[in-house]
Amino acid sequence: MAAVSVASAVESRASAPQAVAKAEAKGLSFYYGDFRALKGLDLVVHEERVTALIGPSGCGKSTFLRCFNRMHDLYPGNRYEGEIRLYPDNTNLLAPGVDPIEVRMRLSMVFQKPNPFPKSIFENVAYGLRVRGERSRRALEDKVEAALRGASLWEEVKDRLKDLAFNLSGGQQQRLCIARALATDPELLLFDEPTSALDPIATASIEELITDLKKKITILIVTHNMQQAARVSDYTAYMYLGELIEFGRTDELFIKPKNKQTEDYITGRFG
Amino acid sequence: MGATEHISKAFEADLDTTRTRVLQMGGLVEAQILAAINAYATGSAELIAQVIENDARVNGYEVAIDGACNHIVVKRQPAASDLRLIMAISKIVTDLERMGDEAEKIARMAKGIHEHGAHHAQRFPAVRHAAQIAVKMLRQSLDAFARLDAASAAEVLKEDSAIDDEFRSVLRQLITYMMEDPRTITPALEIVWVAKAVERIGDHAKNVAEQVIYIVKGTDVRHTSFADVERELSKE
Repeated sequence: MAAVSVASAVESRASAPQAVAKAEAKGLSFYYGDFRALKGLDLVVHEERVTALIGPSGCGKSTFLRCFNRMHDLYPGNRYEGEIRLYPDNTNLLAPGVDPIEVRMRLSMVFQKPNPFPKSIFENVAYGLRVRGERSRRALEDKVEAALRGASLWEEVKDRLKDLAFNLSGGQQQRLCIARALATDPELLLFDEPTSALDPIATASIEELITDLKKKITILIVTHNMQQAARVSDYTAYMYLGELIEFGRTDELFIKPKNKQTEDYITGRFG
Repeated sequence: MGATEHISKAFEADLDTTRTRVLQMGGLVEAQILAAINAYATGSAELIAQVIENDARVNGYEVAIDGACNHIVVKRQPAASDLRLIMAISKIVTDLERMGDEAEKIARMAKGIHEHGAHHAQRFPAVRHAAQIAVKMLRQSLDAFARLDAASAAEVLKEDSAIDDEFRSVLRQLITYMMEDPRTITPALEIVWVAKAVERIGDHAKNVAEQVIYIVKGTDVRHTSFADVERELSKE
């Protein structure tokens, strides 16, 4: 068995198509008022791959993630510098003329704690579609089902779509949030510590889902759990004090990091 | 491995203890090989018995250290240099244990050879010479392991061909010996086994050295030519 899996691993790497850039931060800095939280980041997010952002609290990984869907726009005094390019159209998400609503149409975010709307399971998933003007009942039903299937939740909820979302378990609520994120066909999925409030079983099912989703969608995930980064991601970025310290293939970074600071962090030599 | 220590003192202590035990096991194996070669040269029944008896201690180390590695993996999920250290230790103890087995084999052969007369063993100094190289290789690998010195480990890889040369030379001499007098065939065959055991010890010492390079550099140099290893080590 070992021989077979080693052979297939070698083969899959050899035949793996060259990853294409889906998004790219170029000289990205971000300021909370006077505080410079991100310091000129350059990072490529590869298409249909999972990129994990790791680093100690306060390193700027969540700040970085939130730049993508312009969440920082909601607070006065926040300021971006540099660019985040979304490909293939090469749109700069941060350009002054770009409407944040337009940006959020193309990316979806899933947060640390499940945050379903106080609505039915069906309406939670249909919400984004309705906002986008989808009126056809039939189209809504089809898309909600597809999204719930995509989030591996359909079988568990298909007979209770009218139930309040809050009646679901924590893990189910998180998968509902993923379904809600998927319903609008995003190009990029942003996960901000999506399993930190979940038990190991629910965590495993979300991780399984992430691995499944990357066949179609590009994923950027912030996680405090290094084993999770090692398990689910193809690329890992280690950040510290607003800077990108190291970026590389996950299997290389966790076995043979190039940077001493990365090494210290992932081996637990650093607080 | 780096200058900074782990935040978890218990983890640091577990790694330290395991590293120390590998060195203790290595020291014991080295003593076993020396004693076995001495037994081969002298036929001392006492030494033979001692080597055979001590092999159980070598085996005990292997099982205990492997167990400690499993515990570290399950408790700490080591990464990067810690991961490489633990994976390498698990392989190193296998090589050390096999060297212990070879030492025991030499001791058992020594008994048979000396039953045919002490002069047989003394006729082939190349066997002892190869054994000296093997022991030196083992010592240097363990030293490189203790100091995490990849350059010193790489020197060990170079030594292995010297043992192989000695082994071939012993074989040639033994063939001539046997052809001259067929009565020597039984002890000569046993000397072949001793020489082969020495040659295997050299191979295992080389494996240990390769693991040291893996720990330090993160590069797997098994089945790699010496020139390629040197090129890899010169990278920073």
